[in-house]
Amino acid sequence: MPVTFPQAANAESSALALDIRGVSKAYGRFPALKDVSLQAHDKEFLALLGPSGSGKTTLLRVLAGLETPDAGEVRFGGEDFLSLPVRRRRVGMVFQHYALFRHMTVAQNIAFGLTVRPRAERPAREAVKARVAELLSLVQLEGLEKRFPAQLSGGQRQRVALARALAIEPRMLLLDEPFGALDAQVRRELRRWLRELHDRAGVTTVFVTHDQEEALDLADRVAILKDGELIQLGKPKDVYEAPADPFVYDFLGAACRMPGRVEGGRLTVADWESAAPKGAPEGSVEVFFRPDEVAFAPPDGAGLGAVVRAIAQRGPDVRIECVIDGQTVELEAHGPALPPGVAPGLALRIRPLRPRVYAS
Amino acid sequence: MTDQAIPRLDPTRGAAARPRLSAWREPSILPGFGLSLGVTLAYLGVIVVLPLTALAIRPWELGLAGVWHALIDPRVAAALKLSFGLSALAALLSAPLGLLIAWTLTRYAFPGRRILDALVDLPFALPTAVAGIALTAIYAPNGPLGAIAAKFGIKTAYSPLGIFIALVFIGLPFVVRSLQPVLQDLDNEVEEAAQTLGATAIQRAVFVILPGLLPALISGVSLAFARAVGEYGSVVFIAGNLPMKTEIAPLLIVIKLEQYDYAGAAAVGLAMVAISFGVLVVINAAQTWLAKRGRA
Repeated sequence: MPVTFPQAANAESSALALDIRGVSKAYGRFPALKDVSLQAHDKEFLALLGPSGSGKTTLLRVLAGLETPDAGEVRFGGEDFLSLPVRRRRVGMVFQHYALFRHMTVAQNIAFGLTVRPRAERPAREAVKARVAELLSLVQLEGLEKRFPAQLSGGQRQRVALARALAIEPRMLLLDEPFGALDAQVRRELRRWLRELHDRAGVTTVFVTHDQEEALDLADRVAILKDGELIQLGKPKDVYEAPADPFVYDFLGAACRMPGRVEGGRLTVADWESAAPKGAPEGSVEVFFRPDEVAFAPPDGAGLGAVVRAIAQRGPDVRIECVIDGQTVELEAHGPALPPGVAPGLALRIRPLRPRVYAS
Repeated sequence: MTDQAIPRLDPTRGAAARPRLSAWREPSILPGFGLSLGVTLAYLGVIVVLPLTALAIRPWELGLAGVWHALIDPRVAAALKLSFGLSALAALLSAPLGLLIAWTLTRYAFPGRRILDALVDLPFALPTAVAGIALTAIYAPNGPLGAIAAKFGIKTAYSPLGIFIALVFIGLPFVVRSLQPVLQDLDNEVEEAAQTLGATAIQRAVFVILPGLLPALISGVSLAFARAVGEYGSVVFIAGNLPMKTEIAPLLIVIKLEQYDYAGAAAVGLAMVAISFGVLVVINAAQTWLAKRGRA
């Protein structure tokens, strides 16, 4: 599937906002976070990506103050965040299941963070009303202020939750799989909209998701977690093109994997020999490539010898099932990239364009 | 919870789509409407409506003036006032007390929680007369608690206070059991959201948790109230039953029956039914309104 990358918001040059150092957390004997260190710059959009149980939500809850880590340090803007109680951190948290106050109207929900302030800091009634109106237009829900959450669709509810979080002018926005409960189309729409909102509001944002496409599409940088450990941190393009290990490679998209050997700078996979990619380990290796990053050649050309087993048209793409060295591999090609006359039973050669090699 | 917006009901839609079978019955694809409605009506008729009708007819043997006379009799008026007043007070005290108990039982894990939880049901299970005798033994002037209260010059058993204690005792489980499931289902994230938005513990309790509990709390309190109004067994032992002072309405009915004053007893009963019904209608209306606010 095609993946687009947003322009990183010039992350290096801006000031450090969030500084997480050596955070560990265990539930009983189960370690949820193992020595995680991570920095985010001011106004950066950071995605925490990982499968369920990887500790990404725990890390987000540590940032919000809803969990206390067993060890480590969290600083925000130079301030020790762990010594601040939840309600003094001024972080805007958005939950997967919205967590709206269902006995309050949309307007009351959004105004909640302002109305619970101590009397001396509480804005005047008119100011609260104006702020609610402003936020409603920001999340494009004008005219719905008198509705109750139960009268809204899922997408609308999540926008109310976001407006409620933004009402307190948060120093940091924390989003816990905010689109997880929505259907695919609404999710895609809201995704672009959220990115625009972030760029306009200019708030440091940490976004938890298990959807790699969402993370690569939205974030300035992506942190990939597995079993409570930070595996890789980088810009979406870098992470996608150079996954740190087989797990990350597999997690970020469809993968084909073949055993191979690297000797003296030459990579051998089945009957195909080529120059090994830079930095490839010597000896027995696992070779990974994306099913759509291959070139097709006639049987006398260069590449892995393959026999086509089945072909299926999927919209603009064609799925080709091949047998390579006794192993069934599914490839994907756009119509024009397909060699002419491909049919089941045809022998051809397949050359991975950007193989990644990991020691096995 | 559905993700879709709830479509607004269009009252003309069903009528336009297909002809109505009759004016009062919405067409349904589920079979058995006639049979199930028939059984429902027969059951309610025999069990609920018939006795109530008998109760409603009986007093008029005395004639309108006679019924009026029976009700403004100072002894009857005092008994009604005592029964409904103390029941309301007891139900109102059960509210914070039951909330606290339900809260403790659902929100915290501690050794012996299950035993405490089972203990809540005991007033349900105990024959009321047994409960009454036990309470009397404890609160009588020579009982362990009654003696302490007597030292401070407070008379517990054989006074309205004793009746009040018995009514709280039998009403409390209704409040606890109505609240528990709702407390258990409370979404933790909603509280966490309130916390991140800057709400203090008290603000979270008042603005976030209590409004969600209110419908269940009201229904628990109204159940406790209804039970307390009709309570007989546990009260008669501790009340002392002095006419005009500690005589409850249900006891007065029994006394009238023993004097073969059936119509008079029915008149008091009818008054009780009328007052209870009125109170329950008001409570129901309040609840419907509250439920609408959260879910409509």
